[in-house]
Amino acid sequence: MIEKFDPLKGERFQVLSEKGQANPEWEPKLSGPDKQKIYGLMATTRAADLKALKMQRQGRMGTFAPSLGHEACQVGSAFALQEKDWTFPYFRDLGTYVTLGLPLKYYFLYWIGNEEGMRIPADLNIFPISVPVGSQIPHAVGCAMAMKSRKETAAAVVYFGDGATSEGDFSEALNFAGVFQTPNVFICINNQYAISTPVRRQTAAKTLAQKALAFGFEGIQVDGNDALAMYAVTKEALEKARSGGGPTLIEAFTYRMGNHTTSDDASRYRTDAEVSEWAKRDPLERFKLYLKTKNLWDESFEERVQKEADALITKAIADAEATPPPRLEDLFIHTYKELPPDLAEQLSELRDSLEEERK
Amino acid sequence: MMLNMVQALNQAMHGEMERDRSVVVLGEDVAVDGGVFRLTEGLLDKFGPERVIDTPLAESALVGASIGMAVAGLRPIAEIQFMGFIYPALNQIISHAARLRNRSRGRFTVPLVIRTPYGAGVRALEHHSESTEAVFCQIPGLKVVVPSTPYDAKGLLIASVRDDDPVIFLEPTKLYRAGRQELPDELYEVPLGQAKIVREGEGVTIVAWGAMIPLVQKAAELVEKDGLFPEIIDLRTLAPLDRKTVLESVQRTGRLMVVHEAPKTCGLGAEIAAYVAEKAIFQLEAPILRITGQDITVPLAKGEDYYYPSPERVAAGIKKIMES
Repeated sequence: MIEKFDPLKGERFQVLSEKGQANPEWEPKLSGPDKQKIYGLMATTRAADLKALKMQRQGRMGTFAPSLGHEACQVGSAFALQEKDWTFPYFRDLGTYVTLGLPLKYYFLYWIGNEEGMRIPADLNIFPISVPVGSQIPHAVGCAMAMKSRKETAAAVVYFGDGATSEGDFSEALNFAGVFQTPNVFICINNQYAISTPVRRQTAAKTLAQKALAFGFEGIQVDGNDALAMYAVTKEALEKARSGGGPTLIEAFTYRMGNHTTSDDASRYRTDAEVSEWAKRDPLERFKLYLKTKNLWDESFEERVQKEADALITKAIADAEATPPPRLEDLFIHTYKELPPDLAEQLSELRDSLEEERK
Repeated sequence: MMLNMVQALNQAMHGEMERDRSVVVLGEDVAVDGGVFRLTEGLLDKFGPERVIDTPLAESALVGASIGMAVAGLRPIAEIQFMGFIYPALNQIISHAARLRNRSRGRFTVPLVIRTPYGAGVRALEHHSESTEAVFCQIPGLKVVVPSTPYDAKGLLIASVRDDDPVIFLEPTKLYRAGRQELPDELYEVPLGQAKIVREGEGVTIVAWGAMIPLVQKAAELVEKDGLFPEIIDLRTLAPLDRKTVLESVQRTGRLMVVHEAPKTCGLGAEIAAYVAEKAIFQLEAPILRITGQDITVPLAKGEDYYYPSPERVAAGIKKIMES
């Protein structure tokens, strides 16, 4: 369907209406349990995000970027990925992690302030998060170039925000992708704001999706609060990438319901009216209405989902908080494969002076 | 075979690409054109466009994509056409190539070599005479390598390609075709992190690297008639620094001079001087002396000689330090 929605004409792909009615023309073929699973992943993401916010306020976690409102675009897109595919997340990607199966413990551990949280388990092709905006996009392109040269049937997906589209790395990387026809799916989470700066101050272009056209490949704007639309579009883009059809840019049109990070106060730059307008388009509520139309949702299902999420989150936090802080040498030994003599000397001097301080 | 540095480096890349299928070369004009200095000549014909890749003109994506390739199991050699054009890629080098191992606690590594011609003394246009090696030496996670002979160039590049950490490989433009050396045909490594005493001597240790090495050797010849025989150390790897070789030599000779073409302030000479002062100041017979480029923009051709250290300037420095 990607070619049927022209970003230059302002066409936006949607499967679920705001009342949760699926457009039969585009409704993806998913089993009942899979649909329930998507809902469960979105609910887990939201619960974990809200819990993290509470912990941050209690001083148990550092500054982090909440994902509230992004459940559909993160979970819906990541649900289309296969094991062999690679994912390059940005710093607001809790739903992506949850969907790809990164144990939640890692998420909490990292934002508590321990690098161990980014030691991604060896069976997951997920990159650690990249904080400098947009700088992970070229990594996904290089990864895809490597896959293509090995003739693998897999794709590399990279997530970034609307602000990232102003960065040089966005243009350089998408240009590479066009030239080398890489198996990439670029997912731009357009949540309307880069901290305080609205999209209209990032670009004079009508959509972000249309930027793909200048690089010689397809771009599509999608309702980012519609998990089914995100799933369907990402699945098609992935299949295209894996079969040699080249890259795609997906613009997920959504809204950041929370602050940029826990250090931000979004009321300085956006109105309550705007926020409450978007609150009516809640991605979870919409998917719940959809499940109801399919007789896949009732109170007991909801209760079970919340209970399972709570158990998962409670255990993850307990595990993260029980993880000991890094040892002194842990801070040194991952700088190079082998500790060079001069670094070994610094480590030993630091250890001596710490022992001196303790006396 | 007698080879110059360009041929030695070319041979190293041929050899490593033949030995290891995961080695790829990418950069601007590296494939069809064989590189603006012809470093990559013949690679495209031999290994094909999948492994020898002309990229769009975008240094940040060139390095960024190389990082992605490295993580996905390749061993890229990325060429930056001149050191003066590496700056758009600094974010990728500093924020990612250097840190991914640490950020992922060892899950992801970046076996990447970034090669670039560097240094002045070739009457080049602006941005083609940069010597900003110290910028990279301060970044944890990077290795910085500078050869001064064809033999070392080949062995150091091979060692860099085989290294599992990112290496900034700086090739002194002035030495590319400065002389030939008999080189073994086979692949050999010159280990990273090991300096070399290129001239044994007494009374003073001169630490230098890259294009300064032949220049300092010339200076040493100039002062022979004065009965002075300085010891010369070629660092070869600037990060991690072989502090031991430097310190032991200075403790033996009693004096330290550092010669580099980069600006003086915060140049690598400052770190070497500080280290020696910390460890052995009471064993020094004279104040440490630095002979370096100036804290000014590298001049164009007509003003270059004022900037660039000369054998005479170094010789005068040797005499001065030996008098105290």
